[in-house]
Amino acid sequence: MADAHKLEILRGLVKFKSNTQKIWGVLILLTIITTVEVVFGIYKPEALMGNLLGMKILNWIFIILTLVKAYYITWDFMHMRDETAALRRMVVWTAVFLICYLIYILLQEGGYVFDVYKDGFIKRDF
Amino acid sequence: MDTTVVNTGTEGKTWGGGNQPLKSSYGKMMMWFFIVSDALTFSGFLAAYGFSRFKFIDSWPIADEVFTHIPFYHEPAPMIYVAFMTFVLIMSSVTMVLAVDAGHHMQKSKVTFYMLLTIIGGLIFVGSQAWEWKTFIQGDYGAIQTKGGNILQFVDTDGHRVALRDFVVAEDKDRIEHESKSGLWFVGEGSLPTYTVDEVIKGLESHSDVLVRTQIINEHGEKTILSRTESLSQIKNNSKIVVEGANLIVNEYGTSLFADFFFFITGFHGFHVFSGVIINIIIFFNVILGTYERRGSYEMVEKVGLYWHFVDLVWVFVFTFFYLV
Repeated sequence: MADAHKLEILRGLVKFKSNTQKIWGVLILLTIITTVEVVFGIYKPEALMGNLLGMKILNWIFIILTLVKAYYITWDFMHMRDETAALRRMVVWTAVFLICYLIYILLQEGGYVFDVYKDGFIKRDF
Repeated sequence: MDTTVVNTGTEGKTWGGGNQPLKSSYGKMMMWFFIVSDALTFSGFLAAYGFSRFKFIDSWPIADEVFTHIPFYHEPAPMIYVAFMTFVLIMSSVTMVLAVDAGHHMQKSKVTFYMLLTIIGGLIFVGSQAWEWKTFIQGDYGAIQTKGGNILQFVDTDGHRVALRDFVVAEDKDRIEHESKSGLWFVGEGSLPTYTVDEVIKGLESHSDVLVRTQIINEHGEKTILSRTESLSQIKNNSKIVVEGANLIVNEYGTSLFADFFFFITGFHGFHVFSGVIINIIIFFNVILGTYERRGSYEMVEKVGLYWHFVDLVWVFVFTFFYLV
């Protein structure tokens, strides 16, 4: 069967001959990313412990790598790459917008409550 | 005169009916929309976790000190076991997508084989999850909870964790566990901790090399260790109960919210994996019985595949926010 799958990943940097090959290729990519995360998680390099936008640089790296993994799971394992643009946008844009909104509100509020505790309005050191 | 309008003026256009603008079947589309709503549910949980963590940002437990266990290996080794679990789930995602691919080519025996591997992967993952829960609930070192609900743990002078059993001696106790047969039948009580607060105080007094560690994270990203005098006064003045392990109420690793979220989020995810395994088993037998062969399409495998990949996708985020960040 002439595959209706798009067989390129990394913007055409890696091209596969068949869908099966692409699946193994994506597995290798995901494994590499997970290994990098685990190694960083165990050794926690001192250079990456600095603060950037309210969080450790290392944590930003973890979150970005996670989003990369999520992208490849959705695009290649769930075949989002082969769906029409309309379906893809319905699913991805809706979810991304609502999740960003939710995260922003809750984390902002969490930080506020932390400040209320810290500035001594509430005592919990006993 | 014909009064019924049969002509809408949209015939032959994209939304005029009779075609599929998204080039996707009803079932697949609905699976996608279910996944969106489920993704929002999990985001709600993880964002709530983030809220509580930002609220206690200077005293949250450090995951590397909590999840350090590997079966049959007794040295603390953070990350390794959960990395294994992640790999198992990704691998079972791969076999699932291979089953979908074989389904596109109408290869029944290959679909059967890959579905079987997927189910096995799912079972290994759920089993690992159960083991992770068991070690988490059992606890390791034990701790003291203060009147204010803070957790005090014990370390030696090098900063290594010390378990209660290493310096506390259990004495004869007057107090025994309340059972409903021997008193008020409508009052229950969980099992009592091995040691009482008084025994811990005695143990701490007689071991001059044991110090108390609080929940507060210092500027080096480590928990604060108190001096010997501070340790003694904290334990003597503020101790309320001895905590061993974790449940929904107390938690030897730190704030009880950490355990609550751990049970809730990994539990909800584990439930998804479990139901995914059940659905996969049903589809597996349908494949063997030749249902999809007769139907002429293995699209059902693709639909459960979407669900299964989604479970993997959620785990990727749970892994990051519970174990890495």
